[in-house]
Amino acid sequence: MLLEVRDLRASINGVEILKGIDLTVRAGEAHAVMGPNGSGKSTLAYVLAGHPNYEVTGGRVTFDGRDLLAMSTEERARASVFLSFQHPIEIPGVRMDHFLRAGYNELRKAHGEAELDPLKFDRLLRTKVKVVEMNTNMTKRSVNEGFSGGEKKRNEILQMAVMEPKLAILDEVDSGLDVDALRTVSSGINSLRTPDNAIIVVTHYQRLLNYIVPDHVHVLADGRIAASGGKELALKVEAEGYDWLAEANAPSR
Amino acid sequence: MATANKSLQELAASEYRYGWSTNVDAETAPPGLNEAIVRWISAKKGEPEWLLEWRLKAFRHFMKLVEEEKTPEWANVHFPPIDYQAISYYSAPKAKAELQSLDEVDKEVLETFNKLGIPLEEQKRLAGVAVDAIFDSVSVATTAKETLAKHGIIFSSVSEAVKDHPELVKQYLGSVVPYSDNFYAALNSAVFSDGSFVYIPPGVRCPLELSTYFRINTAGSGQFERTMIIADRKSYVSYLEGCSAPMRDENQLHAAVVELVALDEAEIKYSTIQNWYPGDEQGKGGIYNFVTKRGKCAGHHSKISWTQVETGSAITWKYPSVILQGDHSVGEFYSVALTKAYQQADTGTKMIHMGKHTTSTIISKGISAGHGQNTYRGLVRILPKATGSKNYTECDSLLLGDKCGAHTVPYIEVGNPTSSVQHEASTSKVSEAQVFYCQQRGLSAEQAEGLIINGFCRDVFKRLPLEFAVEANRLLEVNLEGAIG
Repeated sequence: MLLEVRDLRASINGVEILKGIDLTVRAGEAHAVMGPNGSGKSTLAYVLAGHPNYEVTGGRVTFDGRDLLAMSTEERARASVFLSFQHPIEIPGVRMDHFLRAGYNELRKAHGEAELDPLKFDRLLRTKVKVVEMNTNMTKRSVNEGFSGGEKKRNEILQMAVMEPKLAILDEVDSGLDVDALRTVSSGINSLRTPDNAIIVVTHYQRLLNYIVPDHVHVLADGRIAASGGKELALKVEAEGYDWLAEANAPSR
Repeated sequence: MATANKSLQELAASEYRYGWSTNVDAETAPPGLNEAIVRWISAKKGEPEWLLEWRLKAFRHFMKLVEEEKTPEWANVHFPPIDYQAISYYSAPKAKAELQSLDEVDKEVLETFNKLGIPLEEQKRLAGVAVDAIFDSVSVATTAKETLAKHGIIFSSVSEAVKDHPELVKQYLGSVVPYSDNFYAALNSAVFSDGSFVYIPPGVRCPLELSTYFRINTAGSGQFERTMIIADRKSYVSYLEGCSAPMRDENQLHAAVVELVALDEAEIKYSTIQNWYPGDEQGKGGIYNFVTKRGKCAGHHSKISWTQVETGSAITWKYPSVILQGDHSVGEFYSVALTKAYQQADTGTKMIHMGKHTTSTIISKGISAGHGQNTYRGLVRILPKATGSKNYTECDSLLLGDKCGAHTVPYIEVGNPTSSVQHEASTSKVSEAQVFYCQQRGLSAEQAEGLIINGFCRDVFKRLPLEFAVEANRLLEVNLEGAIG
């Protein structure tokens, strides 16, 4: 079992957003988390990554045999949990390749491996940019500064390609992408999948799931998983929207 | 949140690493400022009559300013009145006789510079850099003199220059900063001891980086050096100064004057890494750095560029400026000023456009942490005759924590319609979102802040000579205790 989430509850500014989430992810799997605005999709992604603004109020999360909630944000990253941001952050004046090498070397150190010097890292980066068909020159620019929406998303997946996480949580990786960019980013993500890692795709739209085919689909409503199923569940959402969920869950409220 | 706060506190509370002092047999003037002391300093240096007269004029002017209580009070810095009679105006390691070579320099003094990372011995020196080492009031050694002499370059202490090249000193001393310029310049002119003197002959591109390292050692003394750099027609020089001082509970005064002159088509690049003792966490002790630095682009198409990284001093009061006299001359000011604990900095520049088609650029980056107060004060004055002139100013402030302050005080005067000025200012904080993003990529909160701050300073750091850019990075790291990737 790679990730086991049990009855996870979390709040922000005293308002409970996650009201008991259960989720099991095995190596090799792709999960999609869908749901209407405000259902808690992004919160789930942030809480798993250890965002300091969210307070975990209950439940437990085991990742790779370790208590994930007891780990700091950077410890989780070093333990191979990766979050692709819906809105990647700009860091003016810091070169992308320097930023990425600093983080990558922290991961290596955490696994008892030697750090890569700038030359070796540059060589690695040159192979990784191909995954998302990015120009190497982009990596000499400041982190996300002046990047278009599509470039930012490619840049997130480039970072995923470098970090090679065991668990990648992709938060709305499709937002702001045109069809061509969506295809490139998706095929980049697919090329990074192995039997040893897993991805959780958080998305609003079924469209993305035509490119990244999930093994399991979960629909979130009001901080709980209201329905789980195979990829056909995503099609149902596409066809019927989210209204049927409220009715289906009404008795439990 | 908890981790971010903790590391911010750590950032604000990092230690000063140059705070030790050296035991040397020193000759120190008794505290007090009077005509006898001025005469004594001048005699000590065997100065000619004209220089003594100049000092005395400055001394009388200063005493008049003191009597009239004309201490400058416009800067956004606060400190108790300074007792100018309690300071010793001269202190120097006792020399056996006139020094002929490095072998005769006091071992303790050499060791001091070794410890500071400025080895003076031939075999240990930094490649491509010539160093003038100043210990309290005197220059103890100047390296690479022979190499420079081959090109006709003069690089010596001011005291030596007065002896060997009196005509040059006489021509330029006070030509950019007259003794009557301001309160601290008057004091400096009266009691100045050593400093560096540089002259680059016409058409010569100085093959080495010239560097002066200032070390205040003796307790109860002040440092009042004077530096002069003259770049003759079509010459080029890059010069760097560094400084540090022991940790002491009392405040020590450093009131220097720097004068630069660039003749036709000459270029002077002047870089400073200022790391005077800033005082302790409660704001006790530290150097008062009240310095007048000014360059004159006297010739057409000349260029003067100031780059400063200010991390030290309890109080910084300093405005490296450029008088753009020659047509098509260029003035630049690039600054990073860091204030933490209870440090105060009021710093900036003045760009005085006199010649036609003159251009100036100002990039100022202020970082405040702890209870630090950081003020950018800048004047851009374009005179009526300076037609077709341009200025670009960018002032950015970064705040770490919520007890510090950043202030921007720009003065802009444009005297003709064909000139243009552009001013941009911003104030930002290291955002939680940025720190979280970095942490998600494996960096600690502290590493993240170091990285973000370095990015903020990048436009200035990249102007530093390569040898010193690393030093500046490291210094900021030490001062903010953040590891940089």
